[in-house]
Amino acid sequence: MGNRVYTRREFIKTLSVAAATGAAFSSLSSCTKEAREEFLQKRFVEMTDAEKKGVIARLEEKYRRAYGKQFQISTQGARPKTLWGYGLDLSRCIGCRRCVYACVKENNQSRYDPQLQWIRVIRLKKGSLINLEDSEHYYNPQEVPEPGFTYQPVQCQHCENPPCVKVCPVKATWKEPDGIVVVDYNWCIGCRYCMAACPYKGRVFNWADPKLPPEEANTAVHYLGNRPRYRNVVEKCTFCIQRVRSGRYPACVEACPTGSRKFGNLLDENSEIRYIIQHKRVFRMKEDLNTEPKFYYFFAT
Amino acid sequence: MRRILMVSLCAVLVAFCLDLYAKSKQEDFPVPRPPFSEGIFPCSSCHAGMETNAKRRVLKDEHKNIVLKHAAEQRWCLDCHDAQNRDKLRLANGDHVDFEHSYELCGQCHGNIYRDWKAGIHGKRTGYFEGGQRMYMLCVNCHNPHDPAFKPLKPEPPPHRPLQKGPAHGK
Amino acid sequence: MEAWRFFKQTLVLVAKGRPVYYAWCALLLLVMGIGLWFYLKQMETGLIVTSMRDQVSWGLYIANFTYLVGVAAAAVLLVIPAYIYHFDPIKEIVVLGELFAASSIVMALLFVFVDLGRPDRFWHLIPGVGILAFPESLLAWDVIVLNGYLVLNVVVPVYILVNSYYEKEPIQSFVVPLILLSIPWAVGIHTVTAFLYNGLAARPFWNASILAPRFLASAFCSGPSMIIIIFQVIRWVSNIKITNEALFKMAELIAYAMFLNIFLLGAEVFKEFYSNTIHLAPLLYLYEGLHGHTALVPWMWLSLAFNITAFLLFLIPRTRQRLATLNIGAFLIIVGVWIEKGPGFVAPGFIPDPLGEIYEYFPNFTELAISLGIWACGLFVFTLFMKVALPIVRGDFIHSKYTKSISN
Repeated sequence: MGNRVYTRREFIKTLSVAAATGAAFSSLSSCTKEAREEFLQKRFVEMTDAEKKGVIARLEEKYRRAYGKQFQISTQGARPKTLWGYGLDLSRCIGCRRCVYACVKENNQSRYDPQLQWIRVIRLKKGSLINLEDSEHYYNPQEVPEPGFTYQPVQCQHCENPPCVKVCPVKATWKEPDGIVVVDYNWCIGCRYCMAACPYKGRVFNWADPKLPPEEANTAVHYLGNRPRYRNVVEKCTFCIQRVRSGRYPACVEACPTGSRKFGNLLDENSEIRYIIQHKRVFRMKEDLNTEPKFYYFFAT
Repeated sequence: MRRILMVSLCAVLVAFCLDLYAKSKQEDFPVPRPPFSEGIFPCSSCHAGMETNAKRRVLKDEHKNIVLKHAAEQRWCLDCHDAQNRDKLRLANGDHVDFEHSYELCGQCHGNIYRDWKAGIHGKRTGYFEGGQRMYMLCVNCHNPHDPAFKPLKPEPPPHRPLQKGPAHGK
Repeated sequence: MEAWRFFKQTLVLVAKGRPVYYAWCALLLLVMGIGLWFYLKQMETGLIVTSMRDQVSWGLYIANFTYLVGVAAAAVLLVIPAYIYHFDPIKEIVVLGELFAASSIVMALLFVFVDLGRPDRFWHLIPGVGILAFPESLLAWDVIVLNGYLVLNVVVPVYILVNSYYEKEPIQSFVVPLILLSIPWAVGIHTVTAFLYNGLAARPFWNASILAPRFLASAFCSGPSMIIIIFQVIRWVSNIKITNEALFKMAELIAYAMFLNIFLLGAEVFKEFYSNTIHLAPLLYLYEGLHGHTALVPWMWLSLAFNITAFLLFLIPRTRQRLATLNIGAFLIIVGVWIEKGPGFVAPGFIPDPLGEIYEYFPNFTELAISLGIWACGLFVFTLFMKVALPIVRGDFIHSKYTKSISN
């Protein structure tokens, strides 16, 4: 009696194990070559040039299928003797948020479910600048600026001692030689440790598949920058890496109607950002945390 | 001995004149075309054949739409627009400048801003900061010279609340 | 061949049992199935099906993870009396405690797994194959120490149990160093988990030196409390000799740990409320509410009441040494520490967020279902472990009996 029960149960157990193994094998083999290649893809920095070319070709084909447009994915590297710096004139920001939406358009962010914005403009009461606890993020008046308030846009500060880079368990985010902190969207495992580590709320997460309307997609992209991202990976401002490495201003700088945003090479003595640091009173957010941000706030007047 | 003295004196004089000449010529900045109203330029097309009335008054026949809100107590039109040649602007010392160099006129009173603008840190930046053509915008590209105060704008919509679903209204 | 026979026999052991065993397993499998179904939905759509958002990017999963790492570290509270002090009542059952620790680690690892956005890229974490950012990233440390602890707490009990099955003495020079290693390792896993939070300058609530000691203190309350209850269940279903003395000893140790936990909480409260800087905000949110947000306030006061009551119950010998009050105390601690270390720890790290925004995170049904599924999975793993271990410990499942039966 015992033996019969034993063999039947053992049979069921062996069968289920075999079935599970079979299912795993069949699902792996039914993967397309493209899916397998994407799964086994190396971290960007470890790739050879030939591998990079292969990855770019595969991604361009994938985006063409998804959005119906031909993307140009650049892998342009950092220029020598360059360290990008950003200046933000708090005496002129009026909180109109045109930078936020220019960034969204330029960088192919998800429009809703979730809505991802790399720049967040916070409204502060006049008389208080450093204590962010009384900030208002969802102000929506008829007109800006509102009397009695100042506005402070915040985005990734591209720190020189980035706490997010320190904590990433797989080194999916790192600081490029020209100072831009980037994310390899194909290497990120979505653990969100970097989001907990960032003192400036610079990083946002694709909680679902990004909703990017194909007609609004920007096709001039960089692998480490504004190429369309994936579900469940982290992203953030990249100083418009696809623009600045060719000497163009980031999209937010161009969008600002009051000229509050400045950009340049900190290692170039004649750059605008160096002039600002030299002649204006600059400060950086949360300097006591020693992150050495390269995002300088100042007051021109 | 005297000849050497004469030659050196001439050299110094020439150098001084060249220096003056160099200083009198301001640095040139690549700017876009001034934002004239439709058909208004060249001004001489109307004013060449007109009498010049330098009396300070409120204009009744033409340019009625321009209400000066820019130090109106201290100045009027012909303090900046040259009375004899309307295609030029007039600096405080009487010198003429083109409309493309209007920044020299603004810079007379707004010196701090002018210095910032020349360094490239005042005003909107577009295009290339290096590796291409650096574009400057004229003061008047953003500030109406007759009513320069920045008008408030309607802000873009606030971000979604954390659990908010669906596309934003109207987008 | 012998090993294969042993393995087959274990399958028999887990497959046969009393009706209550089948009912228990069926219930657990049901909850696991529901959790799995919700997890598949989460994988299909993305983490947007949870209530986590950019403002509060870690939620119920990581809260449970933190709690369970603490529970796992608690096995050391059995190992020390057993092997260092040779306290016999515990020495007989320490193997069961180690298997309990292994089950907790399995749960903790599962919670991290379901929290990952891209579990398909899990291989990126494997050193050599992927890139593990050791030693810069504390999460990399956590991966190593947690898996190491799991290996320790499976290898050691299994080795001891298999030797018991063959009625052989385990080789002391092999097993004792491993057991002794597991003591600092247990302290290590929870210290690393504390450091994971502690190292973030961006979150002032976590960036406090008191975190690692407080984690250990609360871990040595929650884990042994669970063990107290679970051992009584084991005693009821299988007649294993677990003396009350062993349980009372553990309760006494828990009392000291709970005192330390409450004292450290008091130290934190003093520092924040007296200095009264802006960093008071998260603690104020917990115990008083912040700008009208008071969702966690009743929970935190409840947790405090539970902890203090349990401390007194365990401190006073009369209540400690009575099973009824002992069990009440254990239950109060399990819940009280869970509140304190779960939602009462993870959420205020994000409230207010670095730019001052307050998003009151509340887990939704998907997260609850998946969490319960993982708890059920851990209990199921532990049940299966016990189904094999208890007969061996009792002396019912031994090789000589088997060889006798086939020769008959």
